[in-house]
This record gives sequence, C-alpha cells and structure tokens, in this order.
Amino acid sequence: MSAPPLPAVSRVTRALPIPAGAGLARMVVLRNVTSFRHGWIALISGFFEPVLYLFSLGVGVGALVPSVTTDRGSVVTYAAFVAPALLAASAMNGAVFDSTFNVFFKLRYAKLYDGMLATPLGPRDVAVGEIAWSLGRGGIYSGLFLLVAVLAGLVHSWWSLLGLPAAVFIAFAFAAVGMFATTFMTSWVHFEYVTLAIQPMFLFSATFFPLSTYPGLLQWLVRLTPLYHGVALERGLLLGEVGAGLLWHVGYLLALGLVGVLGAARRIEGLLLR
Amino acid sequence: MRSLPFGTVVRVTANGSATPAERPTRRRPAPTSGPILLARGLRKTFGEFTAVDGIDVEVQAGESFGFLGPNGAGKSSTMRMVGAVSPVSGGELRIFGLDPASDGPAIRARLGVCPQTDNLDDELTVEENLWIYGRYFGLSRAQVRERAAELLEFAQLTDRAGDKVEPLSGGMKRRLTIARSLINNPELLLLDEPTTGLDPQARHVLWDRLFRLKRSGVTLVITTHYMDEAEQLCDRLVVMDHGRIVAEGSPRDLIARYSTREVLELRFDADDQAAPAAALAGVGERLEVLPDRLLLYAHDGDAALSAASARGIRPLSALVRRSTLEDVFLHLTGRTLVD
Ligand SMILES: Nc1ncnc2c1ncn2[C@@H]1O[C@H](COP(=O)(O)OP(=O)(O)OP(=O)(O)O)[C@@H](O)[C@H]1O
Ligand SMILES: [Mg+2]
Repeated sequence: MSAPPLPAVSRVTRALPIPAGAGLARMVVLRNVTSFRHGWIALISGFFEPVLYLFSLGVGVGALVPSVTTDRGSVVTYAAFVAPALLAASAMNGAVFDSTFNVFFKLRYAKLYDGMLATPLGPRDVAVGEIAWSLGRGGIYSGLFLLVAVLAGLVHSWWSLLGLPAAVFIAFAFAAVGMFATTFMTSWVHFEYVTLAIQPMFLFSATFFPLSTYPGLLQWLVRLTPLYHGVALERGLLLGEVGAGLLWHVGYLLALGLVGVLGAARRIEGLLLR
Repeated sequence: MRSLPFGTVVRVTANGSATPAERPTRRRPAPTSGPILLARGLRKTFGEFTAVDGIDVEVQAGESFGFLGPNGAGKSSTMRMVGAVSPVSGGELRIFGLDPASDGPAIRARLGVCPQTDNLDDELTVEENLWIYGRYFGLSRAQVRERAAELLEFAQLTDRAGDKVEPLSGGMKRRLTIARSLINNPELLLLDEPTTGLDPQARHVLWDRLFRLKRSGVTLVITTHYMDEAEQLCDRLVVMDHGRIVAEGSPRDLIARYSTREVLELRFDADDQAAPAAALAGVGERLEVLPDRLLLYAHDGDAALSAASARGIRPLSALVRRSTLEDVFLHLTGRTLVD
C-alpha cells in the first residue's frame, strides 16, 4: 500500500519550515543496505584505521609516556587516554565518509535522488534516510572499535556502555553536517575542503593530548570544533569521569545534527525540486 | 476511469468495452471525476527565462496524450510540473483533481514516471531496482516481489533479473525504467521521450509495450520529437514551440488541418534550389524550401511530379510520400523538428 503521510503529521510539517517527507526514510536506508550487500568489503576498511591508530599510538607512544592527567584530573595510561578519542574519531570518519563522497556521487552523478523524489518520498525522507544510514555506518565502526578497546583492557567504567550510543550520536552530528556541506559541492576538488576540515580536527581536538597542553587562546578554538565535544563526551564516559558538564557536549552535537538535517533537506529540495 | 495493473487480462466484451478478467491486486481510491490532468495558463519560469508560457491542457482517463516539440520547447519542464517535482510558476495545475503544491506525495503515489534520462540505480541489480523502487512507494516486500516478477516478464528482462544494471543495453535500460515506473500500478504514466537514442528495432519493441499498457487502461502522457512515435502512440497531442501550444488535435486531424494528403520531396545540387523553386510556382498548394530539399505539398504527389517535369525541372531525386506530423510542425513553426 502506498502510505500517505498522516494528516496530523503533514499538517505540522506544512506549518513549520521543514521540507516535505512521506515518513518513508527507512526505505532510503533499505536501499543502501541492499547496495552494500554487494560491496560489504568497503565496510570493513573503515574499521581498521582507528584500530591501527590505537595500537600504534596506544602501545607505541604509550611506552614512552607512562601516564596522562586528563582535563578532569584523572591519571590514566596513554592508551586509555587516546582510546575514547579514537572512538569518537571512528564515528566521525565513518559518518563523514559516507555522507560526503557517497552522497555527492548519488546527488550529482547517479541522479538517485531525482528518482526517489519522483515517488512519494520527499527531500526530508532523503536527508533523514541518508543521514541515518551514515550514522549507522559510523555506529558500526565505533561498536567494533569499542569491542577492541574492551578486549585490550582499556575500558573499566560501566559508563562505557553509553559509549556506543554516544558514538552514534557523534556520527549523527557529523553525518548531518557532512551531507549539508556536500550539497554545496559541485566538483570532486571540493573534497579537499573536507580533508582540510577533518585532518586538523582529528589531530587537534584534544585527541592525542589534553586540552590543558594548548595555549589559552588555542584552547578556545579547540572548544569550538565538533570533534572536541565528541572526544570529551567519550572520554568522560569511558574513563568514568561523568558529570553534568557532559550534557553541554550532547547539546552542542544535537544542535549541529539538527541544523545539518534541516539544511541538507532544504538544499536537496532547492537543488532538485525546481 | 479504467486503470488496471499491468498483467490483468482484459477481455473485450460484445459491446466493445473491456472488463477485467481478474480483480486488480490493489484497491484504488475512488475514481477521480473530471480530467486526470488539467492545466490552465500553466507557466514555468527559471529566473528571467520562461520555459512554459501559459499552456492549457486537459487529459481524460484512458487517453494517450502527447507533447510534441523541438529541443527546448518546454516539454520536460511541463512533465516535471505534472510529476509534482517542479513547482508551478503560474496558472493552475491539477492532477487527479489534486494540487501538486499541497498534495505532491499523494499525486506521486498514483503516478509512474519515466524521465528523459534514465536514473536507474547502477549499484543494484535489475530486480533490486524494481524492489527498492516499489518500497519507496511504501509497498511491502511481498508486494514488490510479486509485481517485479510480472514487470520483468513485461520488459523481457526476466533472464537478466540478477544482473547489474550497468552493462545492459540502452534499450534494456529504457525498458527497465518503464517497468520500474509501473511498480505502483500507476493510473497515469508520464513518459519523457521514451525511445530517444534507441535503434529502430528497440523502439518498436518499446512501442509494443506501451501500446499494451494503453490497452490495459493506463493513461499515457508522452513527450517526443519523433513524429512517427506521436502518430503511433497518441490519441491526441499538442504541438509545443517556445513554451507555447501552437496546435492541438489527433495526429490525423492535425495533418488534415495543416498539411496536404501527400508531399513531393525534391532534392537538387545544394546551391541551385532557387531556380526550381521559382519554376514550381502554382504547382501544388504550398512549397517549403529547406536547406537540402524542396517540399511540395499537394493532394496528388504524382500529379505534382508530372507537372514539375513538364516545366523542365530535373531533380537529383524525387519522392512522393504521405504527409506526417513533421510537415504539420514545419508549417506551424517554419522549422524542422529534428535537425
Ligand atoms: N533547471 C533549469 N534551469 C534553467 N533553465 C532551464 C531549466 N530546465 C530547463 N530549462 C530551460 O527551459 C527550456 C525548456 O527546457 P525543457 O527541458 O523543458 O525542453 P524540452 O522540450 O524538454 O527539450 P528537449 O527536447 O531538448 O528535451 C530550455 O531552454 C532549457 O534550457
Ligand atoms: Mg526534454
């Protein structure tokens, strides 16, 4: 049965500046799952990178640095210090890769969304569906990474159980912003900007050394980056340094994600429904 | 309104009306009274540019309707508005009596769309393309599997079901696109240049498929710049040029109204057409001078050819043929359709 949107829902979405959708975003996810059944190898590669970092840095650098004092004052091994950061980064990488490269290809070359929008699906379904898939991908990488971290004996707090939902949340924020940004790209050259944004963030979001090691002004700059909030959130959970302050990071990522979803849906609407 | 899912066997009863031999697999909303497609003063602008400039169109259920026009006439722009994926810039548009601005999803749920350029999902197999597209309409897994099997048969692609889409031939891709557009049992099928770029044989196969659909009661709206296609498939058509409708009627009406029964085509050495053109004055009803030939419109082409010979005209080649929509278009716009 073709399911028309519920009258109440469509009345609300019509009143708000939210692009139209038919509540069928899950079918976009289903499309991606079907497609990846043919190329699941591509899913595997994204998993190894953070694991390799964990062992090269955690074990290698960890041998030189006996312990680290976190910004919240705990003293931990270097491996335990970087593991949460790499967890956040793996969520970011999985989500950003999918929501930029893959979305760009579908939008500009395969014209997949044009096909979707000829059905009851609306731009909101496309945006929500793609972002859900990307965050799922980020979530899978993070889940596997967390498992490796647990097996490596780097995780001790029960709060770490929340590390996975938190990673999915981080993936959500990055997938949404990634897709939004992608709608502005018109050529593959523009992906240099993605790399330009991701790499420094990966290195300097208090990932590999505590925020306190940065000079004062730079600390504020770091605090503005989204990955910093992801790292701080995961570190708080995995090291059991939990406090109300973590909600601030949650709020930042949530706001970023919502702006991304709305922006992406609006842009898809503007680009394809003219 | 009679719209049956493809695959329903239709028997023609004694009085000539078709009745379904099976019940449709899916219940339809109550038949829309009034035209399936209604446009009044419909306009589409892109910035300063006007692509569709106030057209009036009415298509009834079960009809097969064509938009004929050269490149840039505004056919695709019109089709996209009808497909509820392009906002109307002015005028009124109703599909199934609904307004695309407010009921886009409800309209699209009842439409099948075959866009000008294929946008099949290259990362999926042939059958997955049908399944997934059906799911976009909210159909269940079981429904899309059943329907896809029928449609693969219809598109003669059953033996390619598990193959990737990429290596299919152009004709196969087009047939798959049309099959895909039928996954939701549409009441109205929009075909934007369904056979452009196909070889003659592939075109005939497609025409045959479209003809069957038409017989099963699906309303077709087709754009084309092929005359023979319009003549084959359309009950009624409009000729579009520069975003406007310049003529409307059945192919036969249009030919009768805007052309003669026969046409005499004369070819000369490229440079000296002026002399024979002048010498032909008074022969036939009308003369069109094209860059590469003269077209002499006459009721009796052979008689016109004799008259030309009597005047000492010696063409490189001479051909008498029946008038087509191409001639109608030439007469209406002074230009050929496919150049
Ligand atoms: N998105 C757009 N932005 C700006 N101009 C457009 C857009 N889409 C179409 N046009 C212009 O509108 C005019 C009509 O285009 P349209 O695609 O409707 O023509 P058509 O009759 O389908 O032609 P063809 O036979 O080449 O497919 C063209 O001049 C085209 O350049
Ligand atoms: Mg066109």
